[in-house]
Amino acid sequence: MRMLINVPETVVADALRGMAAAHPELTVDIENRVIVRRDAPVAGKVALVSGGGSGHEPLHGGFVGPGMLSAACPGEVFTSPVPDQMVRAAAAVDGGAGVLFVVKNYTGDVLNFDMAAELAEDEGIQVAKVLVNDDVAVTDSLYTAGRRGTGATLFVEKIAGAAADEGRPLEQVESIARRVNDRSRSFGVALGACTTPAKGSPTFDLPAGELELGIGIHGEPGRERRPMMTSGEIAEAAVDAVLPDLDPSNPVLVLVNGMGATPLLELYGFNAEVQRVLGERGVAVARTLVGNYVTSLDMAGASVTLCEIDEELLGLWDAPVRTPALRWGM
Amino acid sequence: MLDADFFRRWMTATAALVDREADRLTALDSPIGDADHGSNLQRGFTAVTATLEKEAPDTPGSVLTLAGRQLISTVGGASGPLYGTLLRRTGKALGDATEVSPEQLAEALRTGVDAVRTLGGAQPGDKTMIDTLVPAVDALGDSFAAARAAAKEGAEATTPMQARKGRASYLGERSIGHQDPGATSAALLVAALEEAAGE
Repeated sequence: MRMLINVPETVVADALRGMAAAHPELTVDIENRVIVRRDAPVAGKVALVSGGGSGHEPLHGGFVGPGMLSAACPGEVFTSPVPDQMVRAAAAVDGGAGVLFVVKNYTGDVLNFDMAAELAEDEGIQVAKVLVNDDVAVTDSLYTAGRRGTGATLFVEKIAGAAADEGRPLEQVESIARRVNDRSRSFGVALGACTTPAKGSPTFDLPAGELELGIGIHGEPGRERRPMMTSGEIAEAAVDAVLPDLDPSNPVLVLVNGMGATPLLELYGFNAEVQRVLGERGVAVARTLVGNYVTSLDMAGASVTLCEIDEELLGLWDAPVRTPALRWGM
Repeated sequence: MLDADFFRRWMTATAALVDREADRLTALDSPIGDADHGSNLQRGFTAVTATLEKEAPDTPGSVLTLAGRQLISTVGGASGPLYGTLLRRTGKALGDATEVSPEQLAEALRTGVDAVRTLGGAQPGDKTMIDTLVPAVDALGDSFAAARAAAKEGAEATTPMQARKGRASYLGERSIGHQDPGATSAALLVAALEEAAGE
């Protein structure tokens, strides 16, 4: 497998160096692995800190900036960052109004952010946490680690970030973030596995003519393997996996998200099918975002995330945002 | 009796075993995880050996507490907090004695394993490191060699299990038939005890 890298050991640090060069509006601490918006701390406003394994770019570092995250902590590829990073980020961005940790529901992320929250509170920083767990492919039960956090992370970070930017207090920003997560569901499909730099070969073997349904964002196989389907059939499978669980009576935000190796041409075609199926199921669409936002290295495939919204959440979604990967209105 | 030097050797031997087995751990982590368990632990235990050399802690308890803190600060993922907590809590349970008996170590390890169970919420049979550590600690009363054998057996016994914790649990029944990488690395930690004792 050919990769545009120097050596596997430095992929994360190399990417951070490149990010620092491309985005002077961010402060990138390469040694300590923390990406902070340059104007932090913003006095009197709640700060949002997120983080997770690398390999999902632009998540989370690409979402740092006014109207979204205050800081992001990138871990090794597909490995949660360590508590030291999160504490450092929290200290850098706390403007006195507290910090909200946005945590994707994976055992490692949860454990490390929990430890970080305790340490940050010891330093006098008020911390709240919201868990993102939107992936319907995983049964949420005592017998699993619970649903994974995937595409809804973008919705949570954007909408809660806008609420923080409006100057709302920590409890409100936290409850808005929780509401977005509660009303979001995702389902992903892989047409090819991904290759981690450390391993150098695909994480699973997907024979030609087959696809994986219900995949996560770490190159883990899905719940089920089926013969290859058309874009329209995949859209039906994804939407029909999400809808029974969400059962929206209000319009939805739609994220048609590429996993990393699927061209935008295909993603837009897939979006047309997703919109068709939603129309056939009687679901109104308020806004749609198409692109590679929550990726899984070079995995081929896509995920669909729906978030049922109300007027307040839509207003926060439309609010100005200026980050490397998401920017409008400012 | 086991002194601080024994515990340093334990950590160094673990680092060497993790180095040797890193590719196998990563390969086991590939079908049911995300193919990085070997490299993550390698990074962690390399940092542990370096910090032990630099700070030269002089009691068994302080060697393990420092090693645990270092793992939490360098590994990330679930293994960082879990292995870090195991060593840190075992170290704390050993107190500040300059020498401890194998029985005291077994008792302290039991405290450490309990802390891991509380943190990760895993029970025996969930296809995790707990399936290695619980039988290993039970066998530690006999000898390090017995603990090593029990750990190996415990790790191998995870193959037919369906994962109920961690990333492998996402696969449901498809996790059956694969040996758990965390249970496998935990067996290396136990095996390193015997190597440190030079038995």
